Amino acid sequence: MTVDVGLREPPRVSGGGGEHGHLDELRVDPIGLMRRVREECGDVGQFRLAGRDVVLLTGAEANELFFRAPEEVLDQAEAYPFMTPIFGEGVVFDAPPERRREMLHNQALRDKFMRGHASTIADEVEAMVRPWSASASREGTIDLLDWFAELTIYTSSACLIGRKFRHELDRRFAELYHDLEQGTDAIAYVDPYAPIDSFRRRDEARLGLVELVQGIMDRRRAGPPATDEDRDLLDVLMSIRDEDGTPRFSTDMVTGMFISMMFAGHHTTSGTAAWTLIELLRHPQELDAVRAELDELYAHGEEVSYQALRDMPRLESAIKEALRLHPPLILVLRVAKEELEVEGFTVAPGKLVGASPAVSNRIAPDFPDPDAFVPARYLEPRNEDRANPWTWIPFGAGRHRCVGAPFAMMQLKAIFSVLLRHWDFELAQPSDTYRNDHSKMVVQLAQPCVARFRPRAAPSAPAPSAPATSAP
Amino acid sequence: MKVVVDRDLCQGHGVCESEAPAVFEVSKQSVLVILDESPPEELRAQVEAAVKFCPTHALTIIEED
Repeated sequence: MTVDVGLREPPRVSGGGGEHGHLDELRVDPIGLMRRVREECGDVGQFRLAGRDVVLLTGAEANELFFRAPEEVLDQAEAYPFMTPIFGEGVVFDAPPERRREMLHNQALRDKFMRGHASTIADEVEAMVRPWSASASREGTIDLLDWFAELTIYTSSACLIGRKFRHELDRRFAELYHDLEQGTDAIAYVDPYAPIDSFRRRDEARLGLVELVQGIMDRRRAGPPATDEDRDLLDVLMSIRDEDGTPRFSTDMVTGMFISMMFAGHHTTSGTAAWTLIELLRHPQELDAVRAELDELYAHGEEVSYQALRDMPRLESAIKEALRLHPPLILVLRVAKEELEVEGFTVAPGKLVGASPAVSNRIAPDFPDPDAFVPARYLEPRNEDRANPWTWIPFGAGRHRCVGAPFAMMQLKAIFSVLLRHWDFELAQPSDTYRNDHSKMVVQLAQPCVARFRPRAAPSAPAPSAPATSAP
Repeated sequence: MKVVVDRDLCQGHGVCESEAPAVFEVSKQSVLVILDESPPEELRAQVEAAVKFCPTHALTIIEED
């Protein structure tokens, strides 16, 4: 290996004197750490994570290099050691790049399936609010993390695996899944199986999920699908056999596949739904604008399955702004497989290389008034997302851009099409107490995060139909 | 007009195929095939919609003289 004489090591950020470098700071205030890297070092800087250097890139030039790099140069496989115990051996990050590409290419995410998904999602939201309509007062509170996490378990399982499988799930699946997501402590960079409580709960939750899937598979073997149309992905996986007749996929592998298929779209969409609602409630004028747009689009009783695929500039802008300020992934990582040159600095093979949506999304010249919730920045002629393709990166960018992004936007539009037209919401806590919990690599809302709901008081939209028994 | 795709950006979502089926086809492996690199003027509205709604902004129209 040769290093050009003219190239220097990227500068190192202050702090990180602990046993594992900056690990402790990363587990407490990761955004503070990453902002300091940019302030002290510029576009290219390093911090230390459990015996490895992490070269953190921010800003358009460095991000473009990061997001354009092929898998052979910047590899994801070894970058996320906390995911292997969640997915299981042999699933996704354990597989070679070609296999991963093939697995990531998910037929369910194609454009032609979106209309069917929009209808499925609207049905799932309706089912989640049915108990609200059925209750005597039709008012109450929800915990935003729990509520949206449960909803998005149902929507993602229904759309990605099949409605039949979704109807074999209940709250237990969502609760176990939450324990998996909480098992993403950055201590995994030292030891993914360290004897800590969140890892124990993670491993128990995975066993619990395998048990639930086993129960579902046992019931299906007892009563196989009558017709081909009745078959979902689980039936297909169960029917694949090796040459000697034994099933190709064990329950553990099937569960791992389902966990990994649902993972990217779960906490991300759930958190974005919650933050969009919180920000709209913090900014009543924006909420009014979004509702006026929805009222107009649905004025003649159109179906969500059709409208959720159309342009909704005000709602889309509010969602984009929630994503910019509260990106579900604050740090995306790769491992350098070759020596890289970034803005005059050299990155040696083996180093972790990161890009930070949390930092880049708030770079001031690209996003004027960067800490403010300003949905209008996405309207004509500002178009600040399209104008800054390498710094507006809540979905990543380039060839690695989230393949589920169009699905996620459609899903969020469908969710709010149902919720905001029929229900009023109110923050049940002081506004500044809604914040993210950054103690895990999977960022989620810190609890409590409670909101109140009641039937919509105001204009045009018809109230949700209450069951006959509760009519006066 | 001429239609070009940035292969670094294309992920084969198939929105272009929905907007302009005579110009774009996405294979089962999610690989975009441009059926007509210089589509006729009467397809301009469809092709512009494909460019506008491409989720990864991978398509560009180049005007020819």
